[in-house]
Amino acid sequence: MASGTKIEQQAKSATKEKFLPRKLIAPALIFSIALTQVPFLVTIYFSLREWNLLKPQEKAFAGIDNYIYVFKTGDLLPAIIATVGLTAFSVVCSLLVGLFFAVLLDRKFRGQSIARTLIITPFLIMPAASALIWKFSMFDTNIGIINFVVQKLGFSAIGWSTQYPYISVIILLTWQYAPFMMLILLSGLQSQSREVLEAASVDRAGVLRTFAFITLPHLRQYIEIAILLGTIMLLQAFDPIAIMTKGTGGTKTLAYLLYERAFVGMNVGQAAAYGVVTVILTIIVATISLRSLFKVFISGVSK
Amino acid sequence: MKSTKATLITGATWIIAVTYFFPVAWMFINSFKTENDAASLTPKFIFTPTLEGFSRLADRGMVDYLTNSLMASVISTALVLLLAIPAAYALSVRPIVKVQDALFFFISTRFMPAAASILPLFIIFKNLRVLDNIFALSLVYAAMNLPIAIWMMRSFLSEVPHEVIEASRIDGANFETELWSVVLPIVLPGIAAVALICFIFSWNEYFFSVLLTSANAKTTPPFLASFVDGRGQFLAVLSAASTVAALPVILAGWFAQKQLVRGLAMGAVK
Repeated sequence: MASGTKIEQQAKSATKEKFLPRKLIAPALIFSIALTQVPFLVTIYFSLREWNLLKPQEKAFAGIDNYIYVFKTGDLLPAIIATVGLTAFSVVCSLLVGLFFAVLLDRKFRGQSIARTLIITPFLIMPAASALIWKFSMFDTNIGIINFVVQKLGFSAIGWSTQYPYISVIILLTWQYAPFMMLILLSGLQSQSREVLEAASVDRAGVLRTFAFITLPHLRQYIEIAILLGTIMLLQAFDPIAIMTKGTGGTKTLAYLLYERAFVGMNVGQAAAYGVVTVILTIIVATISLRSLFKVFISGVSK
Repeated sequence: MKSTKATLITGATWIIAVTYFFPVAWMFINSFKTENDAASLTPKFIFTPTLEGFSRLADRGMVDYLTNSLMASVISTALVLLLAIPAAYALSVRPIVKVQDALFFFISTRFMPAAASILPLFIIFKNLRVLDNIFALSLVYAAMNLPIAIWMMRSFLSEVPHEVIEASRIDGANFETELWSVVLPIVLPGIAAVALICFIFSWNEYFFSVLLTSANAKTTPPFLASFVDGRGQFLAVLSAASTVAALPVILAGWFAQKQLVRGLAMGAVK
């Protein structure tokens, strides 16, 4: 009798055991679905409706009219190009600058940690503050520091954020994200085996050769992670565009276009159609890059 | 010969580091200037410092915006930890089948542009009358940070030695004891890193705050832009506001660099 209850208890705790992981993960899953997936389904529904916030009486089923509009007006392709271009350039530039910083900081020297601290600060600054500070105290035609230097060098002042908004946004994003790349690459550099490097220097392999044939292959995994995470963050960059360029000069990304359509143009239906198209494009890009880079991640995580 | 070269590289590193930091330093310097000094055509490095800019922030009610930011960041971070720790636990210490699928799902929601969900959120919030509500905004931030938190948490948890957990199970510890008094104390530094990063992301967030809040619940980032009024000079007060807004995160990041790296690389970098 006593043993019978024990077995029962064991069986009970075994089933409890079996369902426990699901119970643990369910709240996070439900929360995440409720705030990201469900709204997306609603976005799809909105995109099939004629709905302008300024004319709330005229709601109707629109079928694919909004999509026809999206593809016909010709805003979509430039926005895709802007999004992909700005993301790609910023990721590449910040990766290169970050690699350069990482190599500089991998040496032992006096005050190394202070230099590292100075360099990571731009990544910590509130992005909205960065965009404003760069626009008004660095890029400004009259009082901007960069133009002060440019003029001292004998050139005439450049209206960075008005004349060259595209480059300005890339400069700003690179400044913000290179420290992030640097941090990841630096931990890659520091995980290199010292013996291999010493062996290389004993063999009189030059600095550049050592870097190209030993360090870079070792860094590969770190570079992939840096690119993946950088892309996730930079694809969503909205602040510099909203604050610095307002979408001028080829910087009207999908996110900004949707914002304009919905919250300036008040057209929910059309904005939703842009949203759906954006998501489909992102899914395509993300699946390709995630699937290839995911292996790295899983192997890195589950050691 | 070698030491001269080393000195040169060190010198170059310092020049580069200081130049890179300059915009931040300039913001800080400008925040102590009068508007006239800040708008000088020749950049002024020597001037009589004033707290005028900072006192104007108080007049503009910056404290309220900072409070909103603090509330949104704290509430969302607490919620994220509450949801992420058990989920990550299920994914690492007691792995279930399809761990990879679950992880893939979570990380893919982070790839999903805010554009996908902002319209319905806006309209649902409006209908529920929680537009411009700090708790509603916190929910959105929690959803935004949850995938990252689960990833980071999972990598920290997977480092807990299996023997420790086994031993506690043999001792007859039930699940609650196992989690609370065996596992969590070991990963406490990891939890701190996750909390810090979620806090930073919420504190700095702009897009959702601009669109989902207005007078009552507006956080600091959109407030900063309000100093740009086109007419007159505003660089000094803008710099002061930016300094105040950015300072908490800068300080936290400086002191927790190691945790920051581990956390941000989501455990993929050891």
